Amino acid sequence: MSHVKMQGSIVVVGVGPAGIAAAWAAAEAGGDVLMVDNGAAAGGQIWRGGKALDRLSTKWLRRLERAKGIRRVGALVVSAEADRKLLLAETAEGGSVGVRYEKLILATGARERFLPFAGWTLPGVVGAGGLQALVKSGLDVRGKRVVLAGSGPLLLAVADLLREREATVVLIAEQARMAAIMRFGMKLASAPAKLIQAVVLKARLATVPYLTGCWVERAEGAERLKSVMLNQGGRRWRVECDYLGTGFGLIPNMELAGLLGCETGPGGVVVDARQRTSVEGVYCAGEAAGIGGVDKSLAEGEIAGWAAAGQEDTARALEGVRAKQLGFAAALGEAFGLREELKGLVTAETVVCRCEDVRMGALEGMEDWREAKLQTRCGMGRCQGRVCGGALEFLKGWTPAVVKPPVFPARVATMVAEDEV
Amino acid sequence: MNAPDIIVVGAGIVGAACALELARGGARVSVYDRGIVAGGASAAGMGHVCVMDDSEAQFQLTRYSLELWAEMSPEMPAAAEHVYCGTLWVAADEEEMAEARRKAEFYLPRGTPAELLDEKQLAAAEPNLRKGLAGGLLLPADSVLYQPAVAWWMLNEAKKLGATVHVNQPVESIEDDGLHMGDGTVVAAGRVVNAAGAWAARLTRNTPVKPKKGHLMITERAAEFVRHEVIELGYIKSAHSGATEAVAFNVAPRPAGQVLIGSCRQLGVWDAAIDRKILNKMLRRAIEYMPGLAGLRGIRSWTGFRAATEDSLPLIGPCEGYERVWLATGHEGLGITTATGTAKVLAAQMLGRECGIPVAPYLPSRRVAGHG
Repeated sequence: MSHVKMQGSIVVVGVGPAGIAAAWAAAEAGGDVLMVDNGAAAGGQIWRGGKALDRLSTKWLRRLERAKGIRRVGALVVSAEADRKLLLAETAEGGSVGVRYEKLILATGARERFLPFAGWTLPGVVGAGGLQALVKSGLDVRGKRVVLAGSGPLLLAVADLLREREATVVLIAEQARMAAIMRFGMKLASAPAKLIQAVVLKARLATVPYLTGCWVERAEGAERLKSVMLNQGGRRWRVECDYLGTGFGLIPNMELAGLLGCETGPGGVVVDARQRTSVEGVYCAGEAAGIGGVDKSLAEGEIAGWAAAGQEDTARALEGVRAKQLGFAAALGEAFGLREELKGLVTAETVVCRCEDVRMGALEGMEDWREAKLQTRCGMGRCQGRVCGGALEFLKGWTPAVVKPPVFPARVATMVAEDEV
Repeated sequence: MNAPDIIVVGAGIVGAACALELARGGARVSVYDRGIVAGGASAAGMGHVCVMDDSEAQFQLTRYSLELWAEMSPEMPAAAEHVYCGTLWVAADEEEMAEARRKAEFYLPRGTPAELLDEKQLAAAEPNLRKGLAGGLLLPADSVLYQPAVAWWMLNEAKKLGATVHVNQPVESIEDDGLHMGDGTVVAAGRVVNAAGAWAARLTRNTPVKPKKGHLMITERAAEFVRHEVIELGYIKSAHSGATEAVAFNVAPRPAGQVLIGSCRQLGVWDAAIDRKILNKMLRRAIEYMPGLAGLRGIRSWTGFRAATEDSLPLIGPCEGYERVWLATGHEGLGITTATGTAKVLAAQMLGRECGIPVAPYLPSRRVAGHG
């Protein structure tokens, strides 16, 4: 299998909004930029498919396309060494790519948080963001009945897409209370772009019931999903559907940063006003540095790009924009905080770890995440706890274990190729 | 006073086995650990239960331990995943084949089953080994188990007999009056057993163990890729070369089909971080012997610290310079294998329990005397 060596003075991991903004700014500043991401097209999860979705995405994808001095390599980063300033990546074909950097910008984005409930492993129950991705890559949902449940603005965006693709969105069940969302809506008024976004979405979704303080208690069906049991303030009722898209907010992807030795907190990779992490020469921008949406990602990406390229003044000029977006992010986190009642949806019988088929009851008496892994094999499967880790962080307050290589499953041949970088 | 008769420091597999045997002997036992159950070397090893022949004393202890595991196996829960897969020692060339024959000639008269394999038989036993190897030696009575679950079970059995287990309790030092804790308090006990593995030397004086760091990697599921615990006979050379760093080809199957890839040894290293240089050296060695491993996906790597002694025998018995402190440490790479035998050797001395082998070769005093 092939081994390729590459280098860039500024290497950007991730081609979502933060990565695009970072690469563009760094290239504008005259930097030699290399972007690394396994995604087929630029845009990340949110602008998936490379299809221009709105004015903002069109603008940035065009900027990326026209920028000079940006190279891209399609490979998934599986390991890294801060001391040697190198990344190790693997292509879809299984070839290995060694990448040397002088400055590194991590724009690794976020993943959905799943919370287990009865029936969540039934075929037809998918992540809300996962459903969005499936539809964007061609899943036909015409005439399908879809329930969206969980928390956060992503549910609205997914509903909008589903309606556009002629699915019937039966309802959106948002666990947060109406009062909390209203307070959040007030704060939106200070962020005009967000306000327009929310108004447009609401207008388009006018016919879809948006139920607050409401959640799915269980998904039902023998071989695949047939219906869901809903609960709103103690009132329970059944709704038939073909798909349930569920997501309880987002979790920053911090594994690569952790492997590099960057300080991380519960909300994301710890960064300063220039997006610098605790590790010299390593920056982090976007959702990985704290959940906050596309505008925050773009602002932080730009700051990281300018700063990494040595244009401190230009980076500083964006401080105001960044501060406003961080305010929005804080309000978002507050409005859509997860309710204690959701912990009650899990019984001893509920599967928590899908990879290793571990039920909640097996975790009783476990001291911490590491003991649970050792004794029950929870989180020891293919996804290495990316799914159950997020759930157990909420359900048990367990913090993730120390990251060790590889950050994603990698061919043994790729691991040893690091010697040749 | 309600002080326990005996406190065992260390909830790894050795400490757990000792606690169970002492509790079965009627002692009121408490177990203390700085971390979680089986969180040290016991979390890191391959779970290999094997007979060894570096010395007569090592053979005695390993063979006796295998008998004890066989007795205990039916009692153990399914999570123990005790599988008699056998050990396959691989000979790359004629020199190593001679070593395989020597081993067979050692084991067979002593009643330990051993089977010499030629090139073809070796290929049939492990189809993913590279072609052109000289042969091998199969030890069919060897097995693998999942040691964290075994230690957990042993401690639960001890609890049923009244033992108590205290995790996340850092012990600063062990003295004749009991455990001196990190917070300044003293936990009194009749006697104390230091079973803290590589950390034992930090707790008691006259405890000549050093850390020997190891790395392992586990792959995704690959059913039937490896069938035995497979080790190169070159291991003998590398493990005893006296070098402070060595790698050897060593793979083992997990019941669900993942492959454990080892092994390496770094003497005196206390840094738990993955050392990519030696990890890669180890992986390259494994690929040399099993080229197909290159195509499997590694999902996780980790490190651990074996407790090494100078003569590769454990320290089981009274700790020199103390009245009421005992040692059960220094098992190096054989802590899983000899946990059961160690418990018997210790309980024979502390409680007068019966033991199937002489205890003298494992007494800590052998070392101090020898170096006196």
